[in-house]
Amino acid sequence: MGRITLENVQKRFGEVEVIPPLNLTIEDGEFVVFVGPSGCGKSTLLRLIAGLEDVSGGEIRIDGRPATDLPPAKRGLAMVFQSYALYPHMSVRKNIAFPLKMAGMDQAEQDRRIAKAAEALNLTDYLDRRPGQLSGGQRQRVAIGRAIVREPAAFLFDEPLSNLDAALRVGMRMEISELHTTLATTMIYVTHDQVEAMTMADKIVVLRAGNIEQVGTPLDLYREPRNVFVAGFIGSPKMNLLEGEHARAHGCKTIGIRPEHLDVVDSGGTFTGKIGVAEHLGSDTFFHVHIPGMAEPMTVRASGEVGLRHGDPIHLAPQADKIHRFDDKGLRIS
Amino acid sequence: MATQHSRSAARLMIAPAVFVLLVWMLIPLCMTLYFSFADYRPMRATFEPWIGFDNYVSFVTSSSFTNSVITTLQMVGGILCITIAGGIALALLLDQPIFGQGVVRILVIAPFFVMPTVSALVWKNMFFNVDNGLFSYLYKALGLQPYDFLSQAPVFSIVVIVAWQWLPFATLILLTAVQSLSSEQLEAAEMDGAPGWARFWYIILPHLSRAITVVILIQTIFLLSVFAEIFVTTNGAFGTRTLTYLVYQRVLESQNIGLGSAGGIIAVILANIVAIFLMRIVGKNLDN
Repeated sequence: MGRITLENVQKRFGEVEVIPPLNLTIEDGEFVVFVGPSGCGKSTLLRLIAGLEDVSGGEIRIDGRPATDLPPAKRGLAMVFQSYALYPHMSVRKNIAFPLKMAGMDQAEQDRRIAKAAEALNLTDYLDRRPGQLSGGQRQRVAIGRAIVREPAAFLFDEPLSNLDAALRVGMRMEISELHTTLATTMIYVTHDQVEAMTMADKIVVLRAGNIEQVGTPLDLYREPRNVFVAGFIGSPKMNLLEGEHARAHGCKTIGIRPEHLDVVDSGGTFTGKIGVAEHLGSDTFFHVHIPGMAEPMTVRASGEVGLRHGDPIHLAPQADKIHRFDDKGLRIS
Repeated sequence: MATQHSRSAARLMIAPAVFVLLVWMLIPLCMTLYFSFADYRPMRATFEPWIGFDNYVSFVTSSSFTNSVITTLQMVGGILCITIAGGIALALLLDQPIFGQGVVRILVIAPFFVMPTVSALVWKNMFFNVDNGLFSYLYKALGLQPYDFLSQAPVFSIVVIVAWQWLPFATLILLTAVQSLSSEQLEAAEMDGAPGWARFWYIILPHLSRAITVVILIQTIFLLSVFAEIFVTTNGAFGTRTLTYLVYQRVLESQNIGLGSAGGIIAVILANIVAIFLMRIVGKNLDN
């Protein structure tokens, strides 16, 4: 009940092409995350699907029905905005009831759905408050509540967690994931945070300048990034990308080694350098290693506690089967 | 210590301004209070410094008092209705991106800069005049009998003139309020299936409520003292005598300063009652 197909969808603002023709299929019940740096067109793409922006070409189909020219309300989609966009003069109950009221639903059914949503989102005690009296996380839940009561074909989330503090963000991330498992409704989620993408998505769509760089499950993208951009974007800390003699040794333009695929060895190893910054997290230790002849420091992730500090020499050996190779165009060589 | 010093310094420096304001306000008020209890008719050379509440009693009991209060309320109410309805409509229109937006906005504000006397004269001679007014030409062009606005619908005519002057003010304040509405709220309402009128009624209008109360409060205070427009157009005839105008007539036309002063004090009290009510409403509205 929520299969969304984009066929050659494109968007131009005047002369500027924000999204070149693009094809994408979102299967029913999937949790799809659009991820990319700011200005990559991910929010625009979401707004095209929502109907808040008109497409300049191509076709959008929802459940097989053409939706390109349908107004937002007729598409059966619900959206959660970055600013939550709650109606400040209405109580939480009225906020959640608004889409139902607009649909002309009878009062008993409205009450039933509101009660159900409020219970699912822990909002029962706050129904008579105004949005201004709620915390950030509670407002977020009201916005989600307003979306779920409509029982839409799909949910659209536009960077919903970016206004929350770090601890709350982790909590809400889990709540949204849980909501997805209980509702089993299609969700499209836009974020610039690759951690959110990796933790929540069934399928990640990596966008850059309106182009889809790669589509796949989080682990596909982690294991086999299709190009240098995806390689650098997915994974935290970022993958080390090396050019020059190290790459030539592997017969390619660029090689990529993830920080967790570099082993700290007592002597020898491929790279030898000095530790610039050492971040001791307990569970992991991150080293930023300055290696002679390399412009960027190399990031290394060692598990557990490692007794090396700033200024210590360090020897690194990459795991041979975990080296990613990319050609002149930045594409993966497999 | 520093704050203590700066606080007393601030008090010292603000004192002259406060003093001047007090003198400017208190002396006329005290004089008016004093005269209101006196029988003071300079043309007849009567001056009786204390006659108790006689002036108040005769001012309030005269039939023109009740009529003038009703006229005042009609005028203020009518002007408020027109300026707020028109102001909201204009604000929503001006919020749309159009060619020459800046020029259009300045043109809309322009009537506010025209002096009341001038605009009343312009309306009286250019629009309402039975022989040469534009409205008369319009009526004739439509084959109708020209309508003498100022004598047949005098209160309405003055309401139109004053509303025309105050419309820019309402528009300006409401426009800034419209512009401060987050577009995401409107988009959310659109996604929620609200058609245009519902978005106006449930989202835009509640958002404007605060600005509307501010407009009502400020305009009421100024509209209670409308004078020039009445003076220029009807001279208080045809039932256009407001409370302000009645006070003027008592003092200058009847040359009864005591009676007029009593009327002035009553007007001040009434205006303050209105102001207290409005302040409460506005205060409530501004709280949330």
